Amino acid sequence: MLSSNWRRVAEAVVIPIAAILFALILFGIFCAACGQNPFAVYGLIIRSAFGSWRSFQGTLLRAAPLMLTALCTALPARLGLMIIGNEGALVMGGLGAIIMGLLFSYGSLLPSPEQVEKTLGLAPVIVQLAMAVGGIVFGGLWIAAVGALRHYRAVNETISSLLMNYIAIALLNHLVEGPMKDPASLNKPSTFPIPDAVSIGNLPTTRIHYGLLYGIIACIIAYVLIQRTTFGFAARTAGGNVKAARVAGLPVGKLAVIICFLAGSCAGLAGMVEVAAVQKQANTSLIAGYGYTGILVAFVARYNPVACTIVAVLLGGILNAGGALQRSLSMPDATVGVFQGLVFLVILYSESLYGRFKIFKEPEFNSPSPASASSTATPA
Amino acid sequence: MAAALGWWGVPLGILAGTLRGSAPFLFVSLGECLTEKSGKINLGLEGTLLTGAMSAYAISYLGAEKWGLSPALSPWLGVIIAGIAGMVLGFIHAWLSQQPKVNDVAVGIAMIIFGSGIAFFLGKPFIQPKAPQLPTIDLGFWTSIPQVQSALKISPLFILGLLIAPLMAWFFKSTRWGLFVRAVGDSPDAALAMGISIKRVRMLCIVAGSFLAGIGGACLSLYYPGIWSESISSGQGLMAVALVIFARWNPINCLYASLFFGGAQAIGPALQAVGIEQGRYLFNAAPYVLTLVIMIITCSPKKTIGGAPGALGTISG
Repeated sequence: MLSSNWRRVAEAVVIPIAAILFALILFGIFCAACGQNPFAVYGLIIRSAFGSWRSFQGTLLRAAPLMLTALCTALPARLGLMIIGNEGALVMGGLGAIIMGLLFSYGSLLPSPEQVEKTLGLAPVIVQLAMAVGGIVFGGLWIAAVGALRHYRAVNETISSLLMNYIAIALLNHLVEGPMKDPASLNKPSTFPIPDAVSIGNLPTTRIHYGLLYGIIACIIAYVLIQRTTFGFAARTAGGNVKAARVAGLPVGKLAVIICFLAGSCAGLAGMVEVAAVQKQANTSLIAGYGYTGILVAFVARYNPVACTIVAVLLGGILNAGGALQRSLSMPDATVGVFQGLVFLVILYSESLYGRFKIFKEPEFNSPSPASASSTATPA
Repeated sequence: MAAALGWWGVPLGILAGTLRGSAPFLFVSLGECLTEKSGKINLGLEGTLLTGAMSAYAISYLGAEKWGLSPALSPWLGVIIAGIAGMVLGFIHAWLSQQPKVNDVAVGIAMIIFGSGIAFFLGKPFIQPKAPQLPTIDLGFWTSIPQVQSALKISPLFILGLLIAPLMAWFFKSTRWGLFVRAVGDSPDAALAMGISIKRVRMLCIVAGSFLAGIGGACLSLYYPGIWSESISSGQGLMAVALVIFARWNPINCLYASLFFGGAQAIGPALQAVGIEQGRYLFNAAPYVLTLVIMIITCSPKKTIGGAPGALGTISG
């Protein structure tokens, strides 16, 4: 039993790593075809992502929202739902956070100069909590709607969540260009900024903000919820076989909506972190592709929330290296997109490899060996 | 421009936008229709559309500026190369989505990221230069109002699409090969009993569908809006999937649905042209909201939608 478990874990570790190595080889061929030395590219990626404490901090900064957006795909996947509305949920979470942040700081979404001078004076913790609630509720409801549509109207959740990305982005553009626009933001339309006092600070002696802890904690909570609670067991049962779950009396529809709410609230929290720790206001910088990379993180981690943290750091490193590739080797910033696509495709192919290799299979002791079988057979 | 026409500018703008903007929808939805008829979903057409738009623009520009082709010829070479680029992506999708235990929707998401990554990577140098555009057929010769004339400049690709839709309907209905495709999509077991290779039929359907989607991309970059930029497709490849559901997997209905979506897309710019700036981002979201509403109305948990290929979305075969 122990041995079989060990082999399964080995299979779940070896195959993704082999797949990523293979994707690296393919990417190397792609770079060589574009006239770059692939080893120089790899060296630069590793150095600028993990080479020094300073560059590693940049990696962790990008990993923080990725952990949270990855949960937006990973949690519903346990129920058999493929949700890719992470970007939209992040944007909505950011909007929810800025609305709460402005209301709790100034008492108005469009504060007058006097209001900016004289904030309401609530403790930063309360304002931050309100922002987190705003992000969680907005992002959660956004994806919960997708889950509800799936369950009550049988609308394909992949397509509807993707469409909702575009709708969320349009909503953000509308609000920052119109009703919530800070007249002082000329070049890049934005909402009013939240006061510095209520923004999320950095971990001591680093430039990493506390959002990283949010991400790690959320992943651990998600893991415990899915693997160690009755609720998670019910969700996994429904994901395995909907009919069996219905026969067992599980409220499949409610489960789907709740899981989708939790998933969306994680991505919404990522938006809140981006607003409260990085941008300090809401504008189109929220649309940075963290949502789409989050889907990839969830896939590579095979929907395991704890594995999501590690994969998020790896892919955060690659995102972090994207800028360096642009500056040092003058490769387009889309290089990272090509690499992500290759990883994604190879990882998907590797899905078909599970269970194919003898080495990861429990040796069968009980079956008679072919040698003994042939010795007992009477020769014709 | 529309100021002289006053409020008549709005319906005219929507009409012009419909005639211009529906061509990419038409090609992508016909491609998706063919693919889904064989029982597979290709979400990756968004990436195919972008790659098609980029390669058509790049070849048209390079052909005229670097290779000395005449500006009348090089856009057409671009259209063909866009189709071929689409076929390459379609081949990857077809091969990967037919591996055991691989979900075609997941492959589609991967192909969106990969296809757009390739398009943005290779298309970076072509954002600035101006490529020769496809010629237009002027149907507005009978009027002297310049706005109406410009609204009735039709792309030959649009007319090609108008012809392909009934051709495809006839193909499904009356040809032996069309029967094979429907059999594979509806009941792989029956197709197997008929001696049809499911893998080969699906491969051909996905590759041919991606060819059409690549040409849809060429409509974007070589006709309307007629530029290459990274935000050129904005989800049109994804909307095609919903559009095919709306059209009940019928190529003729795909044509009507494409016109409808092209019109929805034109509402925002048409209002902007008469000076209504308020809420233009909300109007730009109209096609997405419309798609979602259509899906909510047409889908039902009680029954499968009429006309859906039986094996669509299953991992069989």
